[in-house]
Amino acid sequence: MFSINTITAPLKAFLIEIGELSNFVGRFFSEVFKKPYEIKELIRQCYNMGNKSLLLVSITGFIIGLVLTLQTRPTLMEFGAESWMPSMVGISIVREIGPMITALVCAGRIGSGIGAELGSMRVTEQIDAMEVSGTNPFKYLVVTRVLAVTLMLPLLVIIGDMVGLYGSFLVENIKGHVSFQLFFNQVFNSLEFGDIIPATIKSFFFGFAIGIVGCFKGYNCNKGTASVGQAANSSVVFASLLLFVLDFVAVFVTDIFFDL
Amino acid sequence: MKTQDFISPQKEATQSREIVLEIINLYKSFSDNHVLNGFNMKLFKGENLVIMGKSGSGKSVMIKCLVGLMNADKGSIYLMQNELSLLNQETLDHLRADIGFLFQGSALYDSMTVRENLEFPLRRHQNRFSGEFDTEALVLEALKDVGLEHTLDLLPAELSGGMQRRVALARTLILRPKVILYDEPTSGLDPITAKEIILLIQEMQKKFDTSSLIITHDVDCARVISDRMILLIDGINYAQGTFKELSKSDDPKIMAFFKH
Repeated sequence: MFSINTITAPLKAFLIEIGELSNFVGRFFSEVFKKPYEIKELIRQCYNMGNKSLLLVSITGFIIGLVLTLQTRPTLMEFGAESWMPSMVGISIVREIGPMITALVCAGRIGSGIGAELGSMRVTEQIDAMEVSGTNPFKYLVVTRVLAVTLMLPLLVIIGDMVGLYGSFLVENIKGHVSFQLFFNQVFNSLEFGDIIPATIKSFFFGFAIGIVGCFKGYNCNKGTASVGQAANSSVVFASLLLFVLDFVAVFVTDIFFDL
Repeated sequence: MKTQDFISPQKEATQSREIVLEIINLYKSFSDNHVLNGFNMKLFKGENLVIMGKSGSGKSVMIKCLVGLMNADKGSIYLMQNELSLLNQETLDHLRADIGFLFQGSALYDSMTVRENLEFPLRRHQNRFSGEFDTEALVLEALKDVGLEHTLDLLPAELSGGMQRRVALARTLILRPKVILYDEPTSGLDPITAKEIILLIQEMQKKFDTSSLIITHDVDCARVISDRMILLIDGINYAQGTFKELSKSDDPKIMAFFKH
């Protein structure tokens, strides 16, 4: 039977989760500037997240560049506007497709990894063992991971963008005999700081969102192996949703400051 | 309910020694499940105190409250004469180096090698060792004590359950704690390995002159290792005395522990 509880209970649970996440974010900012800085662990995490995501991000970027160009080309040819292709692809990839696709790929690869790893550490009492040994597990596990994703994601976005543009160039070169120099001249002529800076800034926010959600879900994982899977799964779902919300906010703010 | 005290007055007099850990009137509930209902305990210097209770009786909850991994609802906990609730994080971390904790499932950091697992607690507590500080030598010595010096570069996943427990014991002992808390040290092990672990614990206690609080439901472990025992029933210390004294009791609740 329908009751008001069927609506209010999930809403309440959602609001509690948002409250707990805000608290977690607050704790992150209160710990991030405190010593010890765990630089060695930060570098290790940057390597794990950056270097090991590089191939996946590059392949995704390359295919997106190829597909975007292949599918858009016939339409532009219909209007005799195929010369606009480099500009169009450049702006779309740098402004929106590159950051968003890279962030979604990283939410899947890095976010779920963090959620599962920390969840498993929680369930097997490794986080408790760390705390008992006098090490602040939040600082060692959460702060380093969140910082690593925040720092690595913009770099991955830049690399993903470049590989995506190269994929687009390949199609243009094969189908339209456009030279490398001409293609990239057109791409960079059409790009402005108003395209590059907001995209880079929002990549930092995307990285932070992926890291903090993954850590939040894993660190607060309940007992039991099933909850490790849930932590990994909900890290990806929640982070992906958050990325779209952040993207909307970023576009809105960019529109105000850069007059798109 | 009053504790059934099986300790003779003469023995009580010899126990007027230094108290290293004390719990006064501890209460802890999870919703309607009242796990601890006014538990009391004293651990004297050099003593091996075994706390026995059925599964789900609150033994692990009590030990986690004792080291600050869980907050009690009511009651006082004293670690080396310092009240736990009044300690700041820095003092608590410092005190934790004096209190080793062997977790039920070993809780080895599974992304680190055995060497890194043993080095981990040393990072934060280097000031405990005066003069020349040689991490490598300390790690090797700790592993030699538990007979596993050949496992230095192996990952925990490459070790058997018994070996993992030994490495966890070496990690606990590496900081030379004054008190060691054992949470079910023989659980999940076959009888032969369990016996080896019990003998190893005894050997290490003699070597390092530590006081021990052992949580278990293993009667054989309790018989071999205990100087004194507390039976945790219905959330209180239902009875206390030596293994011999308690095993002769005609109280059905106490007898239930010693029936084979």
